[in-house]
Amino acid sequence: MASLDRTARAFLLTELISGFALTLKYMFKPKVTVNYPHEKGPLSPRFRGEHALRRYPNGEERCIACKLCEAICPAQAITIEAEPRDDGSRRTTRYDIDMTKCIYCGFCQEACPVDAIVEGPNFEFSTETREELMYNKDRLLANGDRWESLIAANLQADAAYR
Amino acid sequence: MSADLVQFFTVNWLGQAILMVAQCLAVTVPLLVAVAYMTYVDRKIWAAIQLRRGPNVVGPFGLLQPFADGLKLVLKETIVPSSANGVLFIIAPMIAFMTALVAWAVVPFDNGWVIADINVGILYLFAISSLGVYGIIIAGWASNSKYAFLGALRSAAQMVSYEVSIGFVLITVLLCVGSLNLSDVVLAQSGGFWHWFFLPLLPMFVIFFVSALAETNRTPFDLPMSEAELVAGFHTEYSAMTFGLFFLGEYANMILLSALGAILFLGGWMSPIPYAPFTYVPGVVWFALKIAFLLFVFSWTKGTLPRYRYDQLMRLGWKVFLPVSLGWVVLTAAVLQFGGWVPKP
Repeated sequence: MASLDRTARAFLLTELISGFALTLKYMFKPKVTVNYPHEKGPLSPRFRGEHALRRYPNGEERCIACKLCEAICPAQAITIEAEPRDDGSRRTTRYDIDMTKCIYCGFCQEACPVDAIVEGPNFEFSTETREELMYNKDRLLANGDRWESLIAANLQADAAYR
Repeated sequence: MSADLVQFFTVNWLGQAILMVAQCLAVTVPLLVAVAYMTYVDRKIWAAIQLRRGPNVVGPFGLLQPFADGLKLVLKETIVPSSANGVLFIIAPMIAFMTALVAWAVVPFDNGWVIADINVGILYLFAISSLGVYGIIIAGWASNSKYAFLGALRSAAQMVSYEVSIGFVLITVLLCVGSLNLSDVVLAQSGGFWHWFFLPLLPMFVIFFVSALAETNRTPFDLPMSEAELVAGFHTEYSAMTFGLFFLGEYANMILLSALGAILFLGGWMSPIPYAPFTYVPGVVWFALKIAFLLFVFSWTKGTLPRYRYDQLMRLGWKVFLPVSLGWVVLTAAVLQFGGWVPKP
C-alpha cells in the first residue's frame, strides 16, 4: 500500500507541484533588493568607513601627534611625522593613511585620546587609480570638514555605550 | 493593376524571390526580437522568484538590457583557440543558430499564415530539431578542449534520449489528428479549450514539456553546461558573437519548442473560448500568448528546480519516459480504434 501511495505521488508530480507553487508565491512577494544608488541601507553610528581628521569648533586641528594610532595600526597603514609648531604646540607635519593597506578595524579611532582620527560614515570613495587612495593630511582634514556634522552626531549617539 | 501585381508575385521569378525574402523577414525579425526579450524576461522572472529586481538600469525597467548585451557581444573579440579546428569552430555556432531559425518555416501563426504549408510539418520539425545537436557536437569537437568535448557528448546523449519520447508524444498527437500537417493539427482542435489535446493527452503534454526542457538543455537538464563539472560545457571556448549565436540559438529553440507545444496541445492560434469577444482577437495574438505562457513555465522551472545528476537524467529518459510514452501511444491507439474516433483522412 505504501509503495502504491509512493508511486501515485510520483506519477501525479505532487512534490513538483508544491515546489512550483512555492516559487510562484515568492514571485509576488516584495523584493528585498535595495535599489542601491537611489536608496541606501541603514548605517550604524559605529560604522567604520572612510577616515577623517577632525577639528575643534574653533578650527584648530585635534591631532596632537601622539602616534598611538600609528602604533596600534595592525596593517601599518598610518605614517606620521611631527615637530613643534611656531606657537610651541606639538602637531603633525605629515599624516598619511594608505587606504589600500587599511583593514578598517577601527583601532586608530579607539586609540585616539582626542577623537581626532575617526572612521566616518562614508563608504563611497572608490577611485580609478591606486595613487588616489594614498591619503595625506590635507585630504583627511578635508574629509573631516566635509563629514563633521554626521561624525559628531554618530559619536554622540554612541557615547552612551563607551 | 492588382491582377498585374498578383501575376508579378506568383509567376515572375523575381516577384517570387522578393515575396520569399519578405516572408522570411516577417518571421525572423519578430522572432529575433522575441529571443532578445526572452533573455530579459527570463532574468526578470528568476530575479522575482529569488526576491531580486533583475536588470533595471539600462533603459526604463532595464528594457534596453538585451540590446546592451548584444552590443557587448558583437563588439568583443572572437577568440579562436590555437589548437582548435578553425573552420568547424566558426561553423558550429552558425549551425546551432540556423537550425533553430529554419524550423519556423512550417509553424502556422494563424489560419493560412505559414511560409511552407507542407504535409510533413511535424516530421520536418523533428528532423530539424535533431540536426541542432550537430552544432553542439561540432562545437565540442572543434574546440579541442576536454570540457567542451565532454559537454558536447553529454548534450548529444541527452538530446538523443529525449527525442525518443518526444517522438512518441508526436505519434499520439498525429494519431488523434490523422495528419502530419501542423495547420491540420491546429484545426483538429478547433472549438474551445475543452477540445484542445492537452486535456485528453495530459500525461503526454507533461512528458512533452519535460522532454522539451531536456532538448533545449534547460534546467533541470542543463548538464551539458553544468558549471561545477564542465565549466561552461560545449561553449567553454567560445567568446563574443560565436557564443552569442549559441545563446540566441538556445533561446530560439526554447521559443520553437514552446510554439510546438502550443500547436500540438494548446490549439495553436485558436481562441480558448470560441465566442464573440474572444474571437475578435487575431489568432497570432492567441498563439503568441500561448507561447509566452509556455516560456514562462520554462523560466519558472529554471527558478524552481535544481540540476539532475547525469545518471538520473538517463534513468528518467529511458526507464520512465520511454515506457510511459510508449504505453500511452498504445492506449491512445486502442481508445481511438475501439471508441470509433479514428480520424478520417
